[in-house]
Amino acid sequence: MSHKTIAEIQEEIIDEFSLFDDWMQRYEYMIELGKSLPLIDPQYKLDDYLIKGCQSKVWVFAEMNEDELKFTADSDAIITKGIIALLIRVFSGQKPQDIIDAELSFIDQIGLKEHLSPTRANGLTSMIRQIKLYAVAYQTQKNHE
Amino acid sequence: MSSVLDIQSIRKDFPVLNREVNGKPLVYFDNAATSQTPKQVIQSIVDYYENYNANIHRGVHTLSQEATEAYEKARHTLQAHLNAARPEEVILTSGTTHSINIVASGFASLLKEGDELLVSAMEHHSNIVPWQMACEKSGAQLKVIPMNKKGELEMDVFDKLLSERTRLVFCNHVSNALGTINPIEEIIAKAHAVGAAVLIDGAQAAPHFKVDVQHLDVDFYTLSAHKVCGPTGIGLLYGKRSWLEKLPPYQGGGEMIAEVSFEKTTYADLPHKFEAGTPNIAGGIAFGAAIDYMNQIGFEAIAAYEEELLVYATDQLKQIEGIEFIGEAKNKASVISFNLRGIHPYDVGSILDKLGIAVRTGHHCAQPVMQHFNVPGTVRASFAFYNTKEEIDIFVEGVKTAQRMLS
Repeated sequence: MSHKTIAEIQEEIIDEFSLFDDWMQRYEYMIELGKSLPLIDPQYKLDDYLIKGCQSKVWVFAEMNEDELKFTADSDAIITKGIIALLIRVFSGQKPQDIIDAELSFIDQIGLKEHLSPTRANGLTSMIRQIKLYAVAYQTQKNHE
Repeated sequence: MSSVLDIQSIRKDFPVLNREVNGKPLVYFDNAATSQTPKQVIQSIVDYYENYNANIHRGVHTLSQEATEAYEKARHTLQAHLNAARPEEVILTSGTTHSINIVASGFASLLKEGDELLVSAMEHHSNIVPWQMACEKSGAQLKVIPMNKKGELEMDVFDKLLSERTRLVFCNHVSNALGTINPIEEIIAKAHAVGAAVLIDGAQAAPHFKVDVQHLDVDFYTLSAHKVCGPTGIGLLYGKRSWLEKLPPYQGGGEMIAEVSFEKTTYADLPHKFEAGTPNIAGGIAFGAAIDYMNQIGFEAIAAYEEELLVYATDQLKQIEGIEFIGEAKNKASVISFNLRGIHPYDVGSILDKLGIAVRTGHHCAQPVMQHFNVPGTVRASFAFYNTKEEIDIFVEGVKTAQRMLS
């Protein structure tokens, strides 16, 4: 179980990406990350867990493990899988409130800014929103317990 | 290069072709989505705003008269380009989608239960949804002319679908997703034989060839300026005068009226009946300038050169193992839709963008076409007369790079 904070993991990712000289190496690394994405259980690969978008399909599933959220996902496009793998690395194993409060700085710094545009894939923005929505849902549930 | 066109001198007319994307010279192969704009057209817009910007059709002052004259001159240019019988048969709209909606909403009030509309299976959503809305309102039924594996309409099925219940047939002249050139002469003749009207969406045909609406005897023909080197937000609806008189107005407002009182309003004559409100004046003038520009280059030369590019690119791409072409019609415009086996089109598009190459990826607003071929989308490269074989070489190398990285 990782006990690094969201900020620490982001720093780690920024460091890793700073080793690359050009976009091609960055993309090749993301494609590799995509292949290691913690895959969603096929039983949850349903429209209910689909983030609807323009170009590629993305499914994200979250479950509570003690007081930490664990994410799994999948996509039919490999670069998108790489991006979601990075998000999951940042957010999986964190407490819902920390996920809600998190500021994402790494995206700009590793040159993924173009993926924030809503016309690109599913829009990184909608993936982040979905992850935060899961956190809000679990946090609300917890507050009512 | 081509013996007919001086491509290098043509390219100088397009300022955007000089730019770099991600540090690489731009290779613009998304012409089917929107064409680039030559400086002659840009200048016509600048000239309007700098010298005679005024509202048209009403002012007695000089600027208004000059603007009206330029706008109506553009209408005459478009009329001549299509060989329409009269200038008032050319309605200036915001584009093909608007044009189709004028006809579909007009037909909604003419249709009744039991009437049938025939649509081709390879339509853009803009030539499907307005008709579904018209069917919902009127109780008419929409029937689909299927296509084969190559992406060609099954004309024998079309023959069977046609009946005395058919009121209207609509299809595109050229498919945006596949590049297929449809046999519209045959469709028009056969539809007329059962008394049905025909609307042809010419948005994707207009950049490649000139049509003669009188010779085609088509009832409605639509196009968008931004596919023919003009600006966005302007297009046209050609309609036979008899049809345009029959259809009710689409929007109410200024410009489209003859007389207004709270008891009764009478509508203006054509074309103003369908042109409510202050139009896109600069856009209309620039649309005319764009058509002048294309005609100056010459559509025969454009078609011949684009065919050369299409054949060259297809031959080069064919060498790539694992490439799957979507749409292999015998008659095709300079559009190539394809996928690399096992790779999502979005991934290919992302890598190509990094290499400075602009293509379209996705369903191309034609989801039924994607369903037919059972693909989530395609990569689409579409060529214009200002593209070159050298650019195709860069593109083919780019596709190979994408395949290597993504496999």
